[in-house]
Amino acid sequence: MSAYTFFSTHRWEILSTTLEHLELVLISMAIAVAIAIPLGIFIVQRPGLRTVALGIASVFQTIPSLALFGFLIPIPFIGGIGKRTAVVALVLYALLPILRNTYVGLTGIDPAVLEAATAMGMTPGQVMWRVRLPLALSVILAGIRTATVITIGVATIAAAIGAGGLGTFIFRGVAMVSDAVILAGAIPAALLALLADGLLALLERRLRVS
Amino acid sequence: MTANPPEISIQFNEVKYRVHGTTAENRAAAQGYTGRYAERQVLRPGKRKPEPSLWIAGQKAEAQGAGDTQGRVLIANISLEIHAGQTVVLLGRSGSGKTTLLRLINRMLEPTSGEVLVQGRPTTEWNPFELRRGIGYVIQEAGLFPHFTVAENIALVPSLEKWEKPRIAARVEELLRLVGLDGEDFAARYPRQLSGGQRQRVGVARALAADPRILLMDEPFGALDPVTRAELQREFGALAKRLGKTIVFVTHDLREALLLAARIVLLQNGKIVASETPQEFLKLQDAEVRAFADSLNGNSDGNRAAKEQVAPERRPGGQPW
Repeated sequence: MSAYTFFSTHRWEILSTTLEHLELVLISMAIAVAIAIPLGIFIVQRPGLRTVALGIASVFQTIPSLALFGFLIPIPFIGGIGKRTAVVALVLYALLPILRNTYVGLTGIDPAVLEAATAMGMTPGQVMWRVRLPLALSVILAGIRTATVITIGVATIAAAIGAGGLGTFIFRGVAMVSDAVILAGAIPAALLALLADGLLALLERRLRVS
Repeated sequence: MTANPPEISIQFNEVKYRVHGTTAENRAAAQGYTGRYAERQVLRPGKRKPEPSLWIAGQKAEAQGAGDTQGRVLIANISLEIHAGQTVVLLGRSGSGKTTLLRLINRMLEPTSGEVLVQGRPTTEWNPFELRRGIGYVIQEAGLFPHFTVAENIALVPSLEKWEKPRIAARVEELLRLVGLDGEDFAARYPRQLSGGQRQRVGVARALAADPRILLMDEPFGALDPVTRAELQREFGALAKRLGKTIVFVTHDLREALLLAARIVLLQNGKIVASETPQEFLKLQDAEVRAFADSLNGNSDGNRAAKEQVAPERRPGGQPW
């Protein structure tokens, strides 16, 4: 069976699997952003916490993805087989790029600008919301972009623990020794990653203040 | 109580500075204050009569950064009085403590003992944000907000003070005219679309936005090319005379000091070595004074420089802002 015939006969299944994959990515990214950006803001003024937070985030990033899924399965409440475990793992993976870029973006601002802001009577909160965050936005977005691309890739492996998504095709294709089935998972996953990368790069450029 | 109570005054026997932001430390430091609390002065607006506006007095000051328990002596034996409407130039080499002195006035730094009085009230008793909004601040390279337009930059303090929008717009327009940027579409431009001199003009306009009584300037023209610098010095000198603000101006350039100052305060290793009018200053025999005087023209022709100071408005090409 050629890849083309498989694609045309299974197009609805491929589409729904792609959407399932996308859902997995979007949920994970939303949670990761909701954790990493506030955490990044929080650690800017707290050197002790900064080392701990960035250290922990780095550790998760270092664990091989399949191993991380494996580690999570026996853990009660967040573990087990299925989507929930996959989301937890994907969130842990996405944390570091966003957290690191948030921190770097917020601290990499011209000291003269920050001095002027303080000297003109801005409160620390106003400096954060009106100066630091707007200036760090493109750097933070670059982190989100990296994390998104990573998450789209790692999410294919989530199929191994029953989370669904495009990995299902890949694993099935490997078992069936069928290139067509493998490609049915691999091509949409690659396109998804390229598309996300391109769109976020575009947004990042629009937000950049030089 | 003095006949002319100071608008700002600083007094201390021993002072340690901490960078603002470590609130708990600052509060503890404030307990150590021993200086005299001058009575709060009520100045009627528009009053231009010279009177004590700022005075700094003390013997020892130390700076303390985060984690630095020893503290470094930054300024010592400081005794200084600045009158309302007067331009005082703090002159000195790099690291002489002039910026430290400046940053004491708007509580960017806090003394751990002694006191800095602004309008008769210790800076540590002021709400720091309120205090700073009432003091204009101009730094080298302007420190403009790159994500704000020129108009938004100038409007910053008024917007923090929650002025009405039409009032802010009118004020921005007025200030752009004042600093000579009323032509073209400067208001809508971003700082990166301006030249260095134009950015510095915006910096001055931003500092003047809420009509502060005091203006602090830290080498504002230091990063400009010589021609633009001379132009801005001249124009600013004229502007300063017209506005009648109390100005504390930090520089390492004696020429600039002679041009702008009513009084030059020379700092060396954190100590005041001279505090004189420009004319008197050049007559002093102190080694550090001579060193600065010699830097003027490559010779010690102080008289010529003094003449230039007396009549800056007669210099060719001078335009009022």
